[in-house]
Amino acid sequence: MEPARAKSIDTQASPVDNESVLVAAARAGDISAFEALVTRYERKIFRLAQHITQNTEDAQDVAQEAFLKAFEHLAEFQGNSRFYTWLVRIAVNQALMKLRKRHNKDVSLDEEVKTEDSVMPREIEDWGPSPEERYTQRELAEILARVIGELDPPFRTVFQLRDIDELSTEETAEVLGISVPAVKSRLLRSRLKLRDKLNRYFQRGVPQ
Amino acid sequence: MNCKNVVRELSNYLDDALDQGLKQSLEVHLEHCEDCHLLVDTTKKTIQIFCNSEPLPLSEDVRTRLHDALLKRLRRPKD
Ligand SMILES: [Zn+2]
Repeated sequence: MEPARAKSIDTQASPVDNESVLVAAARAGDISAFEALVTRYERKIFRLAQHITQNTEDAQDVAQEAFLKAFEHLAEFQGNSRFYTWLVRIAVNQALMKLRKRHNKDVSLDEEVKTEDSVMPREIEDWGPSPEERYTQRELAEILARVIGELDPPFRTVFQLRDIDELSTEETAEVLGISVPAVKSRLLRSRLKLRDKLNRYFQRGVPQ
Repeated sequence: MNCKNVVRELSNYLDDALDQGLKQSLEVHLEHCEDCHLLVDTTKKTIQIFCNSEPLPLSEDVRTRLHDALLKRLRRPKD
């Protein structure tokens, strides 16, 4: 079978060359080239910030701070990873800082992960083909934001990076400063929990 | 392979990261176990729905504020 994350069309494939030109120009101080990069990624960065902070105002701040930081540190971007991966690293750190500040406590990414027993799936029902098509794009985005927000920060952050922003397991581990096995076990738990939560929206007969 | 093993290997299976032998015995189990078959199918759909979902466009207001704030800071001469 095909891996679940294989996309049929990679929408970012062709503009990559264009992207390295933009990055080089931005690095040389070309603000409009940098703005073009912002325009390309602002929606994804805002979604990442929104999913992690669960607060619209914070997400706006995070996006702004992340892009500013990226511009200021462009000279440090080595070009051996994708620009987007580098940007995600900055944004996720800003988002976690915001989250810690808002909750006025340490949101630890290293907290103990419970064993598999607690992840055994509950309701298992048939969703039928393309269950997401029963919702509009906006409704779907809201459902996804809601269910991911119900996960604890260490779990939703791992899921966001791996399954939404498509970083590799190793990149995710490095960005979050946790081990590869920790990424894997949190990802499994997150996937199962999200599946459980989406069941109420996607099982056959819902919402009609 | 039992249902509990399927849950434990689910992520690896969906990421196509299982060795051939384990993958085969998992697939044999799926042929006979309706629950695990549905679990694999709906978990796969969960990942695909998230992965394929397009981020919503920023509202004009939010977008303007972001770009204005960035331009204001970026155009400021360095100290
Ligand atoms: Zn089974």
